[in-house]
Amino acid sequence: MESPPLLKISHLKKYFEIERTQILKAVDDINLSISSGETLGIVGESGCGKSTLGRTIMGLYQKTEGSIAFNGVDIDKMNTSERFQMHRRMQMIFQDPYASLNPRSTVLELIAEPMDVHKTCKNNKERRARVERLLEEVGLNRGFLNRYPHEFSGGQRQRIGIARALALDPDFIIADEPISALDVSVQAQVVDLLKRLQKEKGLTMMFIAHDLSMVKYISSRIGVMYLGHLVELTTSRNLYEKPLHPYTQALLSAIPIPDPDIEEKRERIILKGELPSPINPPTGCVFRTRCPFVMAICAKERPNFVEVEDGHFAACHLHSDKPGLARPLAKAPSHEPG
Amino acid sequence: MSRSPDKLLEVENLHVSFRAQGGEVHAVRGVAFDVAQGETLAIVGESGCGKSVTSLAVMGLIPRPHGKIVAGSIRFKGTELTALSAKKMRRIQGTDLSMIFQDPMTALNPTLTIGSQLTEGIVYQKKISRAAAYQRAIDMLEMVGLSNGAQRMKQYPHQFSGGMRQRIVIAMALICRPSLIIADEPTTALDVTIQAQILELFDQIQKETGVSMIMITHDLGVVAKTADRVAVMYAGKIVEMGSKRDIFYHASHPYTQALLNAIVRLDLPSDTLKPIEGAPPDLFAPPEGCSFCERCPFAMEVCRHVQPPATTVDGHHTAACWLLDKRADGIRQKVENY
Repeated sequence: MESPPLLKISHLKKYFEIERTQILKAVDDINLSISSGETLGIVGESGCGKSTLGRTIMGLYQKTEGSIAFNGVDIDKMNTSERFQMHRRMQMIFQDPYASLNPRSTVLELIAEPMDVHKTCKNNKERRARVERLLEEVGLNRGFLNRYPHEFSGGQRQRIGIARALALDPDFIIADEPISALDVSVQAQVVDLLKRLQKEKGLTMMFIAHDLSMVKYISSRIGVMYLGHLVELTTSRNLYEKPLHPYTQALLSAIPIPDPDIEEKRERIILKGELPSPINPPTGCVFRTRCPFVMAICAKERPNFVEVEDGHFAACHLHSDKPGLARPLAKAPSHEPG
Repeated sequence: MSRSPDKLLEVENLHVSFRAQGGEVHAVRGVAFDVAQGETLAIVGESGCGKSVTSLAVMGLIPRPHGKIVAGSIRFKGTELTALSAKKMRRIQGTDLSMIFQDPMTALNPTLTIGSQLTEGIVYQKKISRAAAYQRAIDMLEMVGLSNGAQRMKQYPHQFSGGMRQRIVIAMALICRPSLIIADEPTTALDVTIQAQILELFDQIQKETGVSMIMITHDLGVVAKTADRVAVMYAGKIVEMGSKRDIFYHASHPYTQALLNAIVRLDLPSDTLKPIEGAPPDLFAPPEGCSFCERCPFAMEVCRHVQPPATTVDGHHTAACWLLDKRADGIRQKVENY
């Protein structure tokens, strides 16, 4: 990969001040880059900071520290008009198709709004034609132009949200839980649509979700978050076959597989307890309070996010870059049938 | 009709309708199933298929006057529940027949301590002393994995996490020693690692108490993990019913097959996903024929006009599909090679 990544974030932090003395570290020191044309999946359970990460990259939240570079240019160094132009190339699809569309706007107004803001259409005719084309691209009838969001089902509304995100021909799309509010069969429709659009338009995508199987289907690489930290990052294939971080292993083993024979034979790693409060996270490694392999050092030092194998990153003392510490992981859970 | 001794619950020809603006919604249209002692029946389907309404009907919780059991019979331990007075029904609700709701946040009253919520039912139903009820509640909390019971009893719902709240709701459902628990999407609002804990807990409770369960879910993974038998619902009807293995390995209804194809398997490399195109029918005016025929790749002329009867596939495995009719043998062979 010689060309600079489309998006590179370094040491990104987003802290929220709850009260004067309490700070919630929603995103804590995250490094990652996304190259042009790839889909990066971000998974994690509620409260892990995955949505905050997406929103901070989008600029919906002001970052606390760190840098975000889009196409090789640090966004802090951009002036207002450069930033405006950048936002045109970066769009977001939201989770709740019921809440993200203004109920008082027609489909035409909703989809045309980004084009109006950026003044990309010369006249009304072009504007209308463009919206009609977008509707067709996302699999909706062009006759829907003058309808209102309440007239549509959840899946159709999400398609409207996707059309809106595509209105400016962006390069990069952040999809924040775009399917979790939808039914199984409709989820498949929307994910298939996203995958097709990504291929056709050469989009780069960040797909945020808690459903690991869907993320695995759509992403080339996956990052796993826990309590504001990125704990593992690798190709989606590797993540499933050779998970390195104990949290990833537990997460994979917790997901029930729709196959009774496999389910019966599976050994599950059941994590004890629940997610600690992000306001007062554990010292050292954030996962140590629930980790089955916890060691003394885990309480003292935060593990570095290191490249354990080629392109496979993990933040765990079991895979530490410090000599003498690393040791082979006790038997990793088996996901193979039989 | 005589009752088979091991059948705890027998539902026959159940029809439930709701009065709504613009007409009557036929939410459940002729559902029949039974639950044996100690077994778990999973009812699967997408939103709006009538799975929750079916469970509410069994519990006697269909909201009146909008909703109504139009026809059918629900026999629980030989007693016809549809004929019971509200007063007699209340004696069964929460004692012998109890329910776990989806969202533990709304199932608990935020203004009462969990102690008073746990003991309320048993004091009212079983006429035991407050002290005895109190002790029993602490035992129940212990059973669902919440230690420090005495202290927990004084706390309010907001002081617990989502997973702990769901444990409390489970303790409430168990406190009167029911013989049947209906769990309506009990883990949908929870994260996967917490879901794994709760499903494990159900397993343990069932081993200890021998309680029967109806598990209502849209997650086929959860079905594979928990169910003995499965009923697949679509548009207010059970389209297929059989053992877990019948449904997962010998799915005979095109909807069940499509549903299994529309999910991504975490354990398999998957490059293709087959969404079910279209949407379920409008239950204001249910279709004359098979309700799936609009979306069915194998629909025949008869499907549009006549509702398919439940046909035996093999043993206790039934499916309502015209392809299973003897007269469709030739076509079925073509479909099997499809």
